Amino acid sequence: MTETATHSPARRWPHVPLAPLRALLQPVLARVVRRIARRHPEMFARIAPYQTADFMIVAREMPFALHLRPDPDAPVFRAVPRDPLPGHDARIEGPFLLLLSLVDGEEDGDAAFFSRDLVIAGNTEAVVSLRNALDDVEGSIAQETADLFGPPGRAVLAALRRRVLA
Amino acid sequence: MKQFSEAGELVCPAGTPAALRTAVDSGADSVYCGFRNATNARNFPGLNFTTEELEAAVAYAHARGSKVLLALNTYPPAGKVDLWRDAAAIAARVGVDACIVADMGVARHVAETYPRLRLHLSVQAAASSPEAIRYYCAHFGVRRVVLPRILTIPEIREIRREIPCEIETFVFGNHGLMVEGRCSLTNWMTGESTNMDGVCSPAGQVTYEEDADGALRSCLGGFTIDRFARGETAGYPTICKGRYTAPHRPEGYYAFEEPVSLNLARLLPELMAAGVHAFKIEGRQRSKSYVRKVVGAFRAAVDAIRAGAAPDLADLVVLTEGQKETQGAFQTKKWR
Repeated sequence: MTETATHSPARRWPHVPLAPLRALLQPVLARVVRRIARRHPEMFARIAPYQTADFMIVAREMPFALHLRPDPDAPVFRAVPRDPLPGHDARIEGPFLLLLSLVDGEEDGDAAFFSRDLVIAGNTEAVVSLRNALDDVEGSIAQETADLFGPPGRAVLAALRRRVLA
Repeated sequence: MKQFSEAGELVCPAGTPAALRTAVDSGADSVYCGFRNATNARNFPGLNFTTEELEAAVAYAHARGSKVLLALNTYPPAGKVDLWRDAAAIAARVGVDACIVADMGVARHVAETYPRLRLHLSVQAAASSPEAIRYYCAHFGVRRVVLPRILTIPEIREIRREIPCEIETFVFGNHGLMVEGRCSLTNWMTGESTNMDGVCSPAGQVTYEEDADGALRSCLGGFTIDRFARGETAGYPTICKGRYTAPHRPEGYYAFEEPVSLNLARLLPELMAAGVHAFKIEGRQRSKSYVRKVVGAFRAAVDAIRAGAAPDLADLVVLTEGQKETQGAFQTKKWR
């Protein structure tokens, strides 16, 4: 397990009360990961050796990081402070829209790594396993997540996708 | 179902069932894949197929007129052949269209036990002379050879005249330049074997570290094999594409090859004229997105050539290693 300091979000989000924001997000994120775990058991089989690994997903523009532990029996997906990151096995960092495109199956992770837009650190085998497991999901996890929140969720995702294509 | 003998067959990679379906839907004539074990040379974590997944993949591909080729292209360690025997038995049972083999023992087992199962000779066999290829054809009934990426197009044309089987060449993707099937660089540094364990630069022994100046260091087995300055494009952590210092090159240089990918899109007409039956796209370790974009681009190019039109060559450089392309030895031996 390592602790990592990433670029502080304080400059971008000087007036946002980050702790209450994270607290507000936790039940939403928990609901998302439980739904994905229920709908995609094959994804968790593919990542079997690393189901209890702790991944930190860091979108550069966001004021917090996301902690993912892909344990099908007790999945964890929660917002955590970025500076420093809590202990973890692997870190995946990049621009938010790139991370969205990767989850959406629209971008290639290796290409994003070659261009240096995507940074990975820590246990490379765990990251490769997660990447391959996500890539085998039919359809779009991003879309499923948006569907969870009805028309407002779909509208937000559509707007984000337009920004990806812009 | 498309015939194997149709010139310009597009042979496409799939590391997962979703990637296989994407390849088929994007126009693949054939899709190659492997099991989740050491029987294939892309034995990476989270990648590859279970028996049930392969069976479903064969059904999906066949229903849409595509073929499935199973990579059994590693070398069984002495006395540990059960994994390869089991894989061949499953391949025959679920109806794959061919097995891609490298090891003579595996080739013989498949040829004798499943005589109706078509055999392709993997690039891992490194058969690059008419004599070597004819040997595999004569003794194991090999119907197609995947040529190593060391031959010029005139050399391929000469070989075609002297062998009784089809030719498949790589046209896009990772540019392996070692004597394939014989490379022991990974084994030397990590103790794991590309050729027997199916792992070139195993991910479990790869680390990436960022230096204070923003440079990215890629390490394998604890050894730094490259250091990319801030903003410099990166490559795979493979030893053959590492950057090393030497007494006469203290600044560091690519001793074997730089991070670069093969792209023969512009040479497709010449390759077809030289008698190449099948074009192989590398990248079972890549994503559905890569498969969709590369397969779609080559499908359009091959169809245009068959129709007598100039192919519209898509720009695929963003998907290439180091974001650089080469035609390697196919264009000229001066390449290296």
